[in-house]
Amino acid sequence: MSDNREQFRPADHPNEHFILTTVVGSYPKPKWLDRVREQYEDPDGPFDDDNWAEAADDAARVITDEHERAGLDVVVDGEMRRNEMVEFFAERIEGYEFNGPVKVWGHNYFDKPSVTDTVAYDEPWLVSEFEFTDEATERPVKVPITGPYTLASWSFNEAYDDDRDLALALADLVNEEIQKLVEQGARYIQIDEPALATTPDDHAIVGEALDRIVADLPEDVRIGLHVCYGDYSRIYPEILDFPIDEFDVELANGDYEQLDVFTEPEFTIDLALGVTDAHVAAVESVPEIKENIKKGLELVPPERLTVSPDCGLKLLPREVAYGKTANMVQAAREVERELDAGEIEVGTSAAADD
Amino acid sequence: MTELVATTPGVLPLPDWAKDRLGSLKGHQKEDLVDGDEGAEITDVYDEARAAVADWQTTAGLHRVGEGQLRWDDMLAHPLCVHDAVETRGIVRYYDNNNFYREPVVSGELTFDGDLADDLDAFVEMENAPESVQAVVPGPYSLADLATDEFYGDEAAFLDAIANFLAGEVRAFPEVETVFVLEPSLVTAPPDDDLAERASEALDSVADATSADVVVQTYWGALTEKVHAHVLDADVDAVGYDFVTNHEDNLYNINEYGTKDDIALGLVDGQNTLVEDPEKVAERIAWVESNVPAADFETTYLTTNTELFYLPVNRTKAKFEALAEGAALAEADA
Repeated sequence: MSDNREQFRPADHPNEHFILTTVVGSYPKPKWLDRVREQYEDPDGPFDDDNWAEAADDAARVITDEHERAGLDVVVDGEMRRNEMVEFFAERIEGYEFNGPVKVWGHNYFDKPSVTDTVAYDEPWLVSEFEFTDEATERPVKVPITGPYTLASWSFNEAYDDDRDLALALADLVNEEIQKLVEQGARYIQIDEPALATTPDDHAIVGEALDRIVADLPEDVRIGLHVCYGDYSRIYPEILDFPIDEFDVELANGDYEQLDVFTEPEFTIDLALGVTDAHVAAVESVPEIKENIKKGLELVPPERLTVSPDCGLKLLPREVAYGKTANMVQAAREVERELDAGEIEVGTSAAADD
Repeated sequence: MTELVATTPGVLPLPDWAKDRLGSLKGHQKEDLVDGDEGAEITDVYDEARAAVADWQTTAGLHRVGEGQLRWDDMLAHPLCVHDAVETRGIVRYYDNNNFYREPVVSGELTFDGDLADDLDAFVEMENAPESVQAVVPGPYSLADLATDEFYGDEAAFLDAIANFLAGEVRAFPEVETVFVLEPSLVTAPPDDDLAERASEALDSVADATSADVVVQTYWGALTEKVHAHVLDADVDAVGYDFVTNHEDNLYNINEYGTKDDIALGLVDGQNTLVEDPEKVAERIAWVESNVPAADFETTYLTTNTELFYLPVNRTKAKFEALAEGAALAEADA
């Protein structure tokens, strides 16, 4: 498992140890991109499809570059072309319709779509986005895709008997999309399944969907699964049986109170750990983040640890998102150096010896 | 024959224009959510939005009209989240939904606040206020379940304190026709025997604080038999049952243990955009009546099973219409 990780170690990586640094996906959009979108979406506005495409390209370049400057080992374009994690895909999948925004929390809404007919694959969802980002950077690019279980449960289901049937139908479409991405060179796919936390008893459906998602994919394609804001005791250890290389989890927000959940039984897949809080608008210091990274080392050895923010950073001010990302990379590099120097005890053997 | 009352358990979506305006005025982070000290500009938007949702309900023909609980950024946790003796911490999941609220941590005595009554006062005093007003409060057990206690010390004392607090809030209400008390936690996190008895007494405290008819709405399944029996001990006028999520167990509870003289039927799905035909609603009413042999209810409330903020505005209005027209059809068929 997960011997596909080493391909992401940069050639000039300064330390012997390698803690893979990346992000979950979404990132604050430049204000000018929001303004262009408003004008583009206004039927009387001055911008056409080409103007919007150009602005989205520019933003994707800017944020990919910002991720590079922050020093991330694996970058994302910050999902500049995506408005929201379900809407974006629902707009591209046949069978969906939109009725208007619904509340998520506070004054944060999304256009929760309704599935009113059989879902079907039409045109590629993310291939051009990936190709563009891949050309814009020397670093490896990760592709976040909203998982079929979340696409199903965060839609109103008017057409299928239950959410399982809908999720499995969508999983086949996700597999089709990933095959196309892999053909274009993508090697790191992150399936975002935040809905698993809402209905944790459905982990078997997510497992079934993942089996379909990874069907016929080459071994060197790294598959991560991102879940956030849930009671993880209800999906652990079941997730260890999922066909994934890496489990990406938000724990900084809850001050690692749930870390213990993952100690029994032993955590046997790679861990991608949230080490900065995506919902606090203050940049954590490097020493603070280093302590969080060390929490990850209580579960897995450094060669199986990825670090990222808890979740997408898109709701934060951009300078805060950058600060968190840059400090996270610096913290990871310092922890690696201290590991190289033997100054940090790796605690995983403790878990294994218990 | 039973009086059919088409209504909802409230917590409605904001009109889309109000979503935009309040988002810009208040912000999108957890520190930006409502705290009970909003300025005039924000209050004005809520007043206007309240009038709009009243209009949706009266236009559709609902028999009881609520103010929509539009200020409840934290859904059922709202009354605590705005209280001075409560600290709000991280955002946490609202039951098993893709919705979140600020975790209210009670760190001092829950004295009278008046926040809920203020919203109702604004509602009944507005121009063209509806005639038949329905108030909504979280049930004491659910509110305690959604909160964290760092003051009262044990579960029972905390539940009692919440019940007394809610009773005080309800006592300050202007005159209303009905009070819906939303108790989903009685289903999702059933109390053990001792606590179930206290949860029932807690409902008494709230019900005794008003002369209005009190309906305890349960949802996301059916109560366990014991909890159902305890709820029936409470001095309330009706229990609401979620026939969308689990009609079999709810029917069993009603037939096995009886229910109050009035009943609330959650027959229309508050969480799906698929809109029920009024004929379907009328059929479901007839189905319940024919399957409850002892049914001779004075009042039957027809509602969505859950709150309605999960839906987009167009479907919310369509659900109101389905309820009102379904009730009219059922009346005509009777």
